Amino acid sequence: MQTSFINIESIRNDFPILKRKVHKDKALVYLDNAATTQKPIQVINAISNYYLTYNSNIHRAVHELAEEATLAYETTRDKIAKFINAKNREEIVFVRGTTEAINLVAYAWGRQNIDKDDIIVTTEYEHHSNIVPWQLLAKEKGAKLEYIGVDDNGELILDHLDKYLQTGKVKLVAFSQMSNVLGTITDSEEIVKRCKKYGVRVLIDGAQSVPHLKVDLQKLDCDFFAFSAHKMLGPTGVGVLWARKELLQNMVPFNGGGDMIREVHKYETTWNDLPYKFEAGTPNIADVIGFAAALDYLDKIGMDKVREHEMELTKYALDKLSQMKGIILYGPKDVTKRGGVISFNLGDIHPHDLATIIDEDGIAIRSGHHCAQVLMERLDVSATSRASFYIYNTKEEVDVFVKSLNRAKELFKL
Amino acid sequence: MSSADIYREIILDYYRNPRNYGKIPDPDISQRDSNPLCGDELEMHINIKDDKVADVKFTGKGCAISQASASMLTELIMGKDFEYVKKLAKEDILDNLGLQNLGPARIKCALLSFKVLKTGIYSYLVDKLKDTASADKMKEEVSGIY
Repeated sequence: MQTSFINIESIRNDFPILKRKVHKDKALVYLDNAATTQKPIQVINAISNYYLTYNSNIHRAVHELAEEATLAYETTRDKIAKFINAKNREEIVFVRGTTEAINLVAYAWGRQNIDKDDIIVTTEYEHHSNIVPWQLLAKEKGAKLEYIGVDDNGELILDHLDKYLQTGKVKLVAFSQMSNVLGTITDSEEIVKRCKKYGVRVLIDGAQSVPHLKVDLQKLDCDFFAFSAHKMLGPTGVGVLWARKELLQNMVPFNGGGDMIREVHKYETTWNDLPYKFEAGTPNIADVIGFAAALDYLDKIGMDKVREHEMELTKYALDKLSQMKGIILYGPKDVTKRGGVISFNLGDIHPHDLATIIDEDGIAIRSGHHCAQVLMERLDVSATSRASFYIYNTKEEVDVFVKSLNRAKELFKL
Repeated sequence: MSSADIYREIILDYYRNPRNYGKIPDPDISQRDSNPLCGDELEMHINIKDDKVADVKFTGKGCAISQASASMLTELIMGKDFEYVKKLAKEDILDNLGLQNLGPARIKCALLSFKVLKTGIYSYLVDKLKDTASADKMKEEVSGIY
């Protein structure tokens, strides 16, 4: 019972971990993809092949191993630029992940461009990584942090944005392209359009969107864009900051050290060209190379197919879940407005208890505040349970999940 | 432990109908803590009179294990000698709950209220009794709970 869009059987064969059993003899049903995805053998092989056959440091040495490693590392940059349709490869900066990318912008752009009484706007459905860096910056500068609210359907109330923009004090609007809790897909182009009218810079957190939707940066027209490899089949410890060339050129370096310099003298240093100005020290070479294999893998399937598969699976799951008595489902009902992330609460079963119970049936879901406590306050809950899908999930797995939820209900006598 | 062993009738009952839930105005001991990983919250109020626990109440949000454990702990110490409460060990709490074999992730839920209790006693020893020797011992115990 696979969806009509991709050949799940052959995809599942590429993921060795999906063959393992948990709790002795239970097949693993991995529904925690919004936290991190599993890795196909192609990615694992790319990393191990680097260490086995051409491990070396990049950029400086002239020997053959270094040339191979540099080429593989830099080829990943080209693949990323193509994957998100960025205009220039030098606008792609490798970082450790989305969190570091946002902190880089807060530090290297924010400290130069945000002043006292300026306003930074974010949203109520942000991950802590798109809230805390701005809180730190606002405190340091005496600036204000404001929030675009979330309506009862789990969508942003864009009137709030207009209200802040009209003050003329907004310098930056930072938001997630897809909520990691509600799955809501933000109307990003509309927000960017409104911000441009006021000359306001826009940062988009693409951690949840790039793995699941086709993202076109030239169409989006934002100023900063951040995402992580590990949520899209790639390894942990690699992320991307994309920013407009003219912004990157005027920003101060985030870290000082090797590789980011042109010339170092006793009291003075000139910076290397973009993007190397922002990549101090030996980078995470192996995992950047592994990331290229993840991009190839997704490219081969096609992001349109990925999206269609997840929409069908999400619809199937929402249909089944909404029939359960006592369930509260969060986020938009319309699957064209949301990704494959389903947050819910079941009766008075606390999400941690629920996750413990269904884990026994081999099902991995997330429970808690999902690093989105501002949203939890808005929803007036302390926690939710969250199931999130990816390309290797099947309708049968959704059935196992629903059956296990029913077992939890029985245990709690609901 | 299997779910069926954890979520027994008694745990569910204390979760849904917590005994000693609430606050004490102007208590001798008032202590709050949360588990940053899962967001469980717990606050405990205690009154001490004649070296006994004269009253104890708690409020909190969280999973069945953490909330039932807190409620059962208040019943365990109500009316008891302060010395007895000082000496309670985490094994006593887990035995009382019948949850001796929880995994590392969930044992923190079961012991959150115990940690709150011991931290509260520590503050009481320092601030009210000025008993630094016992307080130091208590501090060491608190840091080793998880």
